[in-house]
Amino acid sequence: MSTATPALRLENIVKTFPGVRALDGVSFSVLPGEVHALMGENGAGKSTLMKVLGGIYQPDGGEIIVSEQKVVMRSPLEAKHKGIVFIHQELSLAKELSVAENIYLGELPHNRFGLVDWQHLFEKTDAILQRLKVGFDARTRVGDLSIANQQMVEIARALTHEAKAVIFDEPTASLTDAEKVVLFEVIEDLKSHGVGIIYISHRMEEIFKMTDRITVLRDGQYRGTLDTAQTTEEDITQLMIGRKLDLTRNAVDHEFGAAALEVENLSCGTLYTDISFSVREGEVVGFYGLVGAGRTEIAETLFGLRTPTAGKILLNGREVHIESPVDAIELGISLVPENRKEQGLVLGMNCRDNMTLPQVDALVSGPFVKDSAEIEIFGHYRDKLEIKTPSWKQLAGNLSGGNQQKIVIGKWLSMHPKVLIVDEPTRGIDVGSKSEIHKLIRDLASQGYAIIVISSEMPEILHVSDRIVAMYSGRIMRTFTAQEVTEDSLIQAISGLGESEKVA
Amino acid sequence: MAGWTRSDIGGFLAKQGILIAFFLFIIGFTIANERFLAPENIMGVVRSSAILGVMALGVTFVVISGNLDLSVGSMMSFSTIVVLDLHDKLGPALAIPAMFALTLCLGALIGFLVGYLKLNSLIVTLGMLSAIHGLTLTYSGGKNMDIADKGGTWFSIFGQGEIFGIPVPILIFVGLAALLGIVLARTPFGRKVYAVGGNGVAATFSGIRRARIVFACYLLSSFCVATAGLIQASRSLGSQNTVGQGLELEVLAAVILGGASLLGGSGTIFKTIIGVLILGFIQNGLLLVGLQFYAQYVVTWIIIILAVWLDIAAKRGRLWSPLA
Repeated sequence: MSTATPALRLENIVKTFPGVRALDGVSFSVLPGEVHALMGENGAGKSTLMKVLGGIYQPDGGEIIVSEQKVVMRSPLEAKHKGIVFIHQELSLAKELSVAENIYLGELPHNRFGLVDWQHLFEKTDAILQRLKVGFDARTRVGDLSIANQQMVEIARALTHEAKAVIFDEPTASLTDAEKVVLFEVIEDLKSHGVGIIYISHRMEEIFKMTDRITVLRDGQYRGTLDTAQTTEEDITQLMIGRKLDLTRNAVDHEFGAAALEVENLSCGTLYTDISFSVREGEVVGFYGLVGAGRTEIAETLFGLRTPTAGKILLNGREVHIESPVDAIELGISLVPENRKEQGLVLGMNCRDNMTLPQVDALVSGPFVKDSAEIEIFGHYRDKLEIKTPSWKQLAGNLSGGNQQKIVIGKWLSMHPKVLIVDEPTRGIDVGSKSEIHKLIRDLASQGYAIIVISSEMPEILHVSDRIVAMYSGRIMRTFTAQEVTEDSLIQAISGLGESEKVA
Repeated sequence: MAGWTRSDIGGFLAKQGILIAFFLFIIGFTIANERFLAPENIMGVVRSSAILGVMALGVTFVVISGNLDLSVGSMMSFSTIVVLDLHDKLGPALAIPAMFALTLCLGALIGFLVGYLKLNSLIVTLGMLSAIHGLTLTYSGGKNMDIADKGGTWFSIFGQGEIFGIPVPILIFVGLAALLGIVLARTPFGRKVYAVGGNGVAATFSGIRRARIVFACYLLSSFCVATAGLIQASRSLGSQNTVGQGLELEVLAAVILGGASLLGGSGTIFKTIIGVLILGFIQNGLLLVGLQFYAQYVVTWIIIILAVWLDIAAKRGRLWSPLA
């Protein structure tokens, strides 16, 4: 195989963003008829690399070579014409159009009057659909198809062009087991036609079942390529997280109090099922899992943004019903949301007003907001959290990510919550602010706050948590104490391995 | 100006364009007609702007909360017709509260649809523009409404009276502006209006009941409309069914001219007052230089387009951009 001409070759790809070297000299190649896994933790550079391949980002250095030809791709359309096709995690189809129109969008066949040649369009499409052995035809409206079948439409789209390389980004994320089987058959078919396939997934079982070789990225750097047949999970994990963590594992430095929050058999439709856990005063419980594992949805339920379909929530031993954020706030539950710009802040509002927003009703003298009280609260948390801003009048949108996040954290600390939920506390924040926020979370715990931290970054979750709840597709797979957890066991738990033991 | 690049100038024009255009208008009008800056003309403009101004105060709240209100024109016709009709049936002391109650019901309906049912405010209020017009015509049977005894009612004070030599409509406008200006700038409610319009999701995540705030803004807007209807009815003591027709666009133009963003989250009562006066002076100036009254509709439209363009341009810091 090593003598064959690669379908796609990357040479020393470099991509930098202000302050971050997102890709640092990444090279690897995909052979025709090979399924090549691309692995790495969140933030390792996989998505940046895919955006470079898809023509969304221009690399700052390095070359992309398709069938021994150096290519430059300035747009997704150009990437497609060069033979690189994406099957996205989030599907990008026009739901109101037919399957055929979606597949040939932008290049619909037309007759000499400039009108669409439907006959020809449907024939061409049905020919492709037959090859994929799907159970729908060219005339079906895409919106009527299941997610799995919509994915098939994307794949069919890939087949209309002479695809040299097809990239699957977490293709099984929303598929049932039966649908997965069909997908894998299609991938085998593509393989047999000499297409090179890049397969991005966190799920170990799929990686071992489907792929020929595995390339691992870490911190934007190429870490090595393994032959799947001669590799173990441990080897992969080693490569993925192999760094000496500069973050020392957290040691419990104080006693925990009584259970502040207890969740019993909580379920919410298909989002998560049968969730039970508790958080004691002074304890940080980390929730770790893949994106879509149901962690954020649990947080949103505790904050009154979703209604559970079954189960109980107890606060200080008393059952509570949380129907809105207003209820949650009154009960002493605070949520620092996942997406600070969309959910956390009013960017066009100044820092002080953002921070006091949840309690503005209480900060009054007579009918008016009491400026002095607001400035006092802001000043207190500015000093405590070391928020760097010239004045409280600065618009939240003008602060750096780390300072924005501190405003949101300050906003909720000033409510003196019993339970503080922090969803992705350091997403998109520079390294310096990250460790400050980690330290802050530990400090808050030692002051007796009950804290839930949701994170997709393993070093972070290992660093801040006293206990770690590992989730996989809406279920808790295992709960670890800080003492017993290992990186390998955590990765296994969130990849769905050992699921069978648990279910059985 | 040495060293300014083209995009610097574009950015400056985008931010200050409305004021620059306004001053150019003023200079032009003053040269064309020396009466333009005479005190009695200025007083006249303020007086005739009062009705528009009162309505713009309420719409300012709606726009800051991130919504639109295109129903205020026909709602004002409704208020005017109803209060004139009830004046002779119930007497002015009962007619006024009854008219306010009915108008507030309309505001509550819009607030319910946009706030609680989360329907698009453009569609809801555009529909209400037409529906309320139909309601008014049904109520009046299509006829003009007149007070029988025009000389013998204290009702005329709201539109025609003067206190210490200042016309009552101006006093109402200034008083309401001061009150609502304080509500918007200084109370928790005002703060929440900005939060809901600036980022409704973040407001919800901060425990603000977004629907309730939107509802309150529409209720407030209908209160302002009722007040404007009262001034209008009192001034003329008789009215056509279409007295407020087209005012919704002028009100919106004034609010945007003042610098409130159509996307919500920004604007102040003071800025709206400036917008109302700019619009009033430009329309007055056009009349003084001899333009036909009907040409004002076209000019108002041009001003709206200019204001919306500059609003977007100010956001991206340049007059034109290939991206949205």
